[in-house]
Amino acid sequence: MPENTASNTGSAPVVGTARVKRGMAEMLKGGVIMDVVNAEQAKIAEDAGAVAVMALERVPADIRAQGGVSRMSDPDMIDGIIEAVSIPVMAKARIGHFVEAQILQSLGVDYVDESEVLTPADYANHIDKWAFTVPFVCGATNLGEALRRITEGAAMIRSKGEAGTGDVSNATTHMRKIRQEIRRLSSLPADELYVAAKELQAPYELVKEVAESGKLPVVLFTAGGIATPADAAMMMQLGAEGVFVGSGIFKAGNPAQRAAAIVKATTFHDDPDVLAKVSRGLGEAMVGINVDEIPQPHRLAERGW
Amino acid sequence: MSRPTIGVLALQGDVREHLAALTGAGADARPVRRPGELDAVDGLVIPGGESTTISKLVDIFELREPIDKRIADGMPVYGSCAGMIMLATEVLDGRADQRGFAGIDMTVRRNAFGRQVDSFEAPVEITGVPGGGFHAVFIRAPWVERVGAGVEVIGTVTGGPAAERIVAVRQGNLLATSFHPELTGDPRVHAYFVELARTA
Repeated sequence: MPENTASNTGSAPVVGTARVKRGMAEMLKGGVIMDVVNAEQAKIAEDAGAVAVMALERVPADIRAQGGVSRMSDPDMIDGIIEAVSIPVMAKARIGHFVEAQILQSLGVDYVDESEVLTPADYANHIDKWAFTVPFVCGATNLGEALRRITEGAAMIRSKGEAGTGDVSNATTHMRKIRQEIRRLSSLPADELYVAAKELQAPYELVKEVAESGKLPVVLFTAGGIATPADAAMMMQLGAEGVFVGSGIFKAGNPAQRAAAIVKATTFHDDPDVLAKVSRGLGEAMVGINVDEIPQPHRLAERGW
Repeated sequence: MSRPTIGVLALQGDVREHLAALTGAGADARPVRRPGELDAVDGLVIPGGESTTISKLVDIFELREPIDKRIADGMPVYGSCAGMIMLATEVLDGRADQRGFAGIDMTVRRNAFGRQVDSFEAPVEITGVPGGGFHAVFIRAPWVERVGAGVEVIGTVTGGPAAERIVAVRQGNLLATSFHPELTGDPRVHAYFVELARTA
């Protein structure tokens, strides 16, 4: 596993190490990261108890409705959000668009999401994430995809789900799949891990590490279709270590109240009494689209590989 | 009390890493999310995480008063990073509504070293922790700008642009570090705290 190559033996501080990048995600665990499109929404998210915000130009539901090419956000908008809140700010770059990522790093964002929600910029290669000081989160639909992103330097993984739908079914599919494949690896005898690595299309050393530890070497969040406190709690019970909520908050009737309810539900995901209490009186959830009704070419989860 | 029961405030943050480090240091470690669970522990760790979020959840789930009371009664508490912020009497660059437990008489500056791209690893010397320098991981970390008379400065950064910055303090049974010993596999800080809890 390539680490940051800077020497760490002397007394000089070292930035951008794998430990610092992955550690940042460890600090977000048990928390909710919310999509916001302006400073005002960022403040609502912070007030509600978000552990971080994701700055983007249009939430996935609008990207889906409006179509066209979707790109990195305007630096002015990202600056405005960084100014507005004290919690970490993440922002999205297109898959493979390493220059958008360079710009986001220069702006001082705390995490870059190399995201299938935006239009891919490269249909063969993802970004070489080891080349950056800023850490990256990437989406995955299965274990092989997660391990390939980690090999490229991702310091955090989120299950993809299907963004902008309010339909949680793909998030559950992807989370169950990743966890199931990890459990399977842990059950294999050592001599079968070589073929398992081949099948997963991931490096043997990483496959062996996952088999031995029973978990990914980075934090695993969930994303894509989470719209209610119950959705967030279910994903946590399925093994997510935290939750990204995109369109689910600001496309709903009462964003501030819903955001706060999802934060509480994520912390007390295993306590139905708390979940019942926080689920009351939230008003309209986002309208939503059934993933089954979306034609195959418009499914965002199928971007990336 | 040969094997103290230590809780980790489990509202948000790197709870699992602290539980593992405490278990490794000889404590009976368990998560604490409810007042009843707090009653059952001899000491408490406030983990790394997002201090604004943890502060909010402490109020929502009615833990502020019980934790304040236990601290006043002398319960040992250790806070790392966000936990240090939660233990400070004064926080700079925080949110106006952010409230800690007013445990250690100190002023800390939140995100003092910069944003995530400035997060770093560096050596730290800690007084009272045997075995030489400590390799510390700082993530959007705070530093201590002022300490009151009763506060002992036990750790400073030893090199680089942040040299001499105060990153570990102790006041009575309360311990705080800007950095994350739970991430590095070096058990000495947790062992120090477990010993503090055992003899308190």
